[in-house]
Amino acid sequence: MLKTLLAVGVAASAIAASAALADDNTVTIGMILPMTGPSASTGKQEQAGAQLYIHEHGDTVAGKKIQLIVKDDTGAPDVTKRLAEELIGNDKAKVLIGFGLTPLALAVAPIATEAKVPEIVSAAGTAMITEKSPFIVRTSFTLPQAAEPMARWCLKNNIRKVATLVTDYGPGVDAEKWFSEPFVKGGGTVVEKIRVPLKNPDFAPFLQRVSDDKPDAVFVFVPSGFGAAFMKEFVDRGLDKSGIKLIGTGDVTDDDLLPSMGDAAIGAVTTHHYSAAHDSPENKAFVADFEKANNGMRPNFMAVGAYDGMALIYHALEATKGSTDGQALIDAMKGAKWTSPRGPVEIDPATRDIIQNIYVRKVEKVNGQLYNVEFDKIEAVKDPFKAAGN
Amino acid sequence: MLTILFDGVAYGMLLFVLACGLSVTLGLMNFVNLAHGAFAMAGGYAAAILINRYGVPFLATLPVAFAFAAFIGVALERSLYRRLYGASHLDQVLFTIGLVFMAMPIANYFLGDQPQPVRVPAFLSGRFEIAGIGVGVYRLFVIAVCGAIAGGLQAFLIGTRFGAQLRAAVDDRRVASGLGVNVDRLFAVTFAIGSGLAGLGGALAADMVGGVDPSFPVKFMVSFLIVVAIGGSNGIVGSLLGALLLGILDVAGKYYVPSIGAFIIYAVMIATLIVRPQGLFSRGGR
Amino acid sequence: MSAIAAPDRVAAHLNRGGRWRPFEIAFWLAIVALIFALPSRALLINEILLAGLFALSLDLVLGYAGIVSLGQAAFFGTGAYAAGIIATLGVAEPLIGLVLASVIAGLLGLITAPLLLRGSDLTRLMVTLGVALLLGELANRNEWITGGADGLSLAAKPVLGLFPIDFTGQRNASLYSLAVLFALFVAARRLVQSPFGLSVRALKENPLRANALGVSAARRLIAIYGIAAAYAGASGALVAQTTGLVSLDVFDFHRSADVMLMLIIGGPGYLYGGLIGAAFFIALKDGVASATPEYWEFWIGLPLVVLVLVGRERIGGFIARWARRAALLAMRGAA
Repeated sequence: MLKTLLAVGVAASAIAASAALADDNTVTIGMILPMTGPSASTGKQEQAGAQLYIHEHGDTVAGKKIQLIVKDDTGAPDVTKRLAEELIGNDKAKVLIGFGLTPLALAVAPIATEAKVPEIVSAAGTAMITEKSPFIVRTSFTLPQAAEPMARWCLKNNIRKVATLVTDYGPGVDAEKWFSEPFVKGGGTVVEKIRVPLKNPDFAPFLQRVSDDKPDAVFVFVPSGFGAAFMKEFVDRGLDKSGIKLIGTGDVTDDDLLPSMGDAAIGAVTTHHYSAAHDSPENKAFVADFEKANNGMRPNFMAVGAYDGMALIYHALEATKGSTDGQALIDAMKGAKWTSPRGPVEIDPATRDIIQNIYVRKVEKVNGQLYNVEFDKIEAVKDPFKAAGN
Repeated sequence: MLTILFDGVAYGMLLFVLACGLSVTLGLMNFVNLAHGAFAMAGGYAAAILINRYGVPFLATLPVAFAFAAFIGVALERSLYRRLYGASHLDQVLFTIGLVFMAMPIANYFLGDQPQPVRVPAFLSGRFEIAGIGVGVYRLFVIAVCGAIAGGLQAFLIGTRFGAQLRAAVDDRRVASGLGVNVDRLFAVTFAIGSGLAGLGGALAADMVGGVDPSFPVKFMVSFLIVVAIGGSNGIVGSLLGALLLGILDVAGKYYVPSIGAFIIYAVMIATLIVRPQGLFSRGGR
Repeated sequence: MSAIAAPDRVAAHLNRGGRWRPFEIAFWLAIVALIFALPSRALLINEILLAGLFALSLDLVLGYAGIVSLGQAAFFGTGAYAAGIIATLGVAEPLIGLVLASVIAGLLGLITAPLLLRGSDLTRLMVTLGVALLLGELANRNEWITGGADGLSLAAKPVLGLFPIDFTGQRNASLYSLAVLFALFVAARRLVQSPFGLSVRALKENPLRANALGVSAARRLIAIYGIAAAYAGASGALVAQTTGLVSLDVFDFHRSADVMLMLIIGGPGYLYGGLIGAAFFIALKDGVASATPEYWEFWIGLPLVVLVLVGRERIGGFIARWARRAALLAMRGAA
């Protein structure tokens, strides 16, 4: 029974060991991400993106030293919330960044409001997140922002009959809605809306349905990570040869996984805010540095979200001359404009969401490697969800 | 209609090859090896690395995947697993989960967390039509390989001296060893076969599930367990039929009533176990 | 030793089991002391307490009734969603939400328990797991009430209208959790030492003989399963109330698996095992994960493997000796 004593002892020492010290000249930034479990690749990209920014721009801004603390929330929102409170309370974090999935970002919203600490959402993409606290700013993207331009592009390019295939959870439903509504309004027909379960995904039966429908194109949203399996099945089933175009938001041809998808992915047309093949000097430098620092790993839209999140924090700290007052930081972030590796971006002062170009891209082989090559763009897209008055 | 049936059979075969190693260790040796998926991951990685880094042809990597996983299996069996044959199931669960927890970061540390593709050669991809049935070449290949494995295993366990000894040792270890059966070696070989099959399954499945990644051992843990539970843990034939049933119902359900697609696999399992608590094809209770 | 004395002996035996031992009192006082000594880790302590309550519910099922369950998250999640939905419907008092949520989870336990009466360990493992995963899918589908993948946020009102348990009242939250845990623990302690509890244990040890003695297996197992489900529901409800949110993750496989690990680490069958396992597991995980957020799983896996290989009992014995010696030294030092 004396086991109890040990357990209490272990718990007490582990608990006591974690109080961190921060002095006045250090600004602590708490980064909370899923670093293990199914969304681990998001965490890895985000962490690498943030660290790269600090590495490139130095760890001092406006006379303050930047300290980044990374925590793993394993994708469980109750843990995210505890980590956020502990980062603010114990580590004196002045800004929080990261948040791999929507519920994880929402978990922290009340704390951000209460503690007046900016919460920078650099990953999760459900539109309404920024409305949950006046201290939330987003540097990633919203799904409506990526999905709606695809509807416009289809209508323009004479694609009239589309089947949608999305993963059956929040973001998938969002993508489906924000593609189909404008598409139907513009005169298109959605022949079938298919939702694929998040677990045990075998795409075969669903793609068989699509194949039987014979649409002009199939609009796809799957969380990054499922893209390869989807592509493989799409081609194996001969859908590419029967003339059904593969279109979707950029998640399905995630840069992180694209090289491993093989030639099956060639020709897929997607709309998204970032491609590692984006043609600009900023992006070339970003991709080169990122690959060098991370053993050849290619940055994806998650990495650029975190990189820009750090850019925004640096920008705000410079504007406040190093003051870490939460309200001042948020005010400085509103309306901030800079050139990101993805192109020109701006924080909408009204919604604290990001305004950015959405690019239409096609998967092609460049120097023997697969890339999302941009061939059209829609400039300065605001989140359509909030623009629609939601 | 027949296309769906074919896809279902192929999916079921895939489930079978992933799970049959587990039904060997669990059903024949009565050892709860939740680290089964880690062996599948090892096989998948072996195939992926050989193909991607060294350009080894896909077919040649399959035996390597088997051998690699079997080797790891036998090494762990001799050093660690062996001590736990007599332990309670709970200890076995704790131990094998511990192994899974260790295997995932090791893979992540050395190989990164992006999925590694196992690309199949051109002659195994694509599809053709016979009498209106769309047949995916790779799926056909998976069916053929898995069918051969199932047949081979069954013949091995029923027809050979080794199989007879193994069944005897499982039924009563003490009597078997008293009769001169080297139970120790028998179990080591069986465990190696089980892990090797997992590795082979990992390599075969990788292409259909989008590559191997560090979370592989947990991602499919539930699927393995479902197949073994439905099939009944007593033999190869049971697992095979269980996996086929599951595969066909799952694929057909998702095709005809996509709105309940996610529920089917669980509902089938629960329903089966209510009707036949020992699994569909078991030889009665143990 | 006459037959007439038997009831008295039984009563004496029951009473002896019911007496509180010094280490138990020390255990609970230590938790209270920890909450006050370490205000900055109040949330971690809260997480440990709630995981401990969850593990306690599994202990009733596994440690006492011998039902292997890999789906205790079904009731944890039901409790969490019930508490969340009740709060969004405008029932402000957390205690009401807690009670209702446990009752709902308990009813679900009673309904699903008959599924577990037949079959092997593996069958039970898979049926419980299947139920949890089915419920998870249901919650995902019924977005109108559960919030789907976005989850459900609830504003936790003060307990009894007095003690806020949100961001401003972290210590209150852990005290609230501790109070509920303690109350339910005391109830569980009485339960397992009651004639009912003993008969459940008898069923686990030897179902055949218990049946021969006229103990009806089915009804007892259903009852204990329902009670345990209510406990799991309570822990889910407390998680929802003290963190202010519920998401699909509450039904996830890893919840059921983690809680089983905690219970096995601490040792099933004496009620404290779950609490000790939870403290060990979560504190270790927190410590290691802040050092290496990417690879902490390895450092959790290693001790598990070692624990089993060396033998849980042997480690327990070693620590006991070590602690006794430390206590002796401390006493000598004081004298």
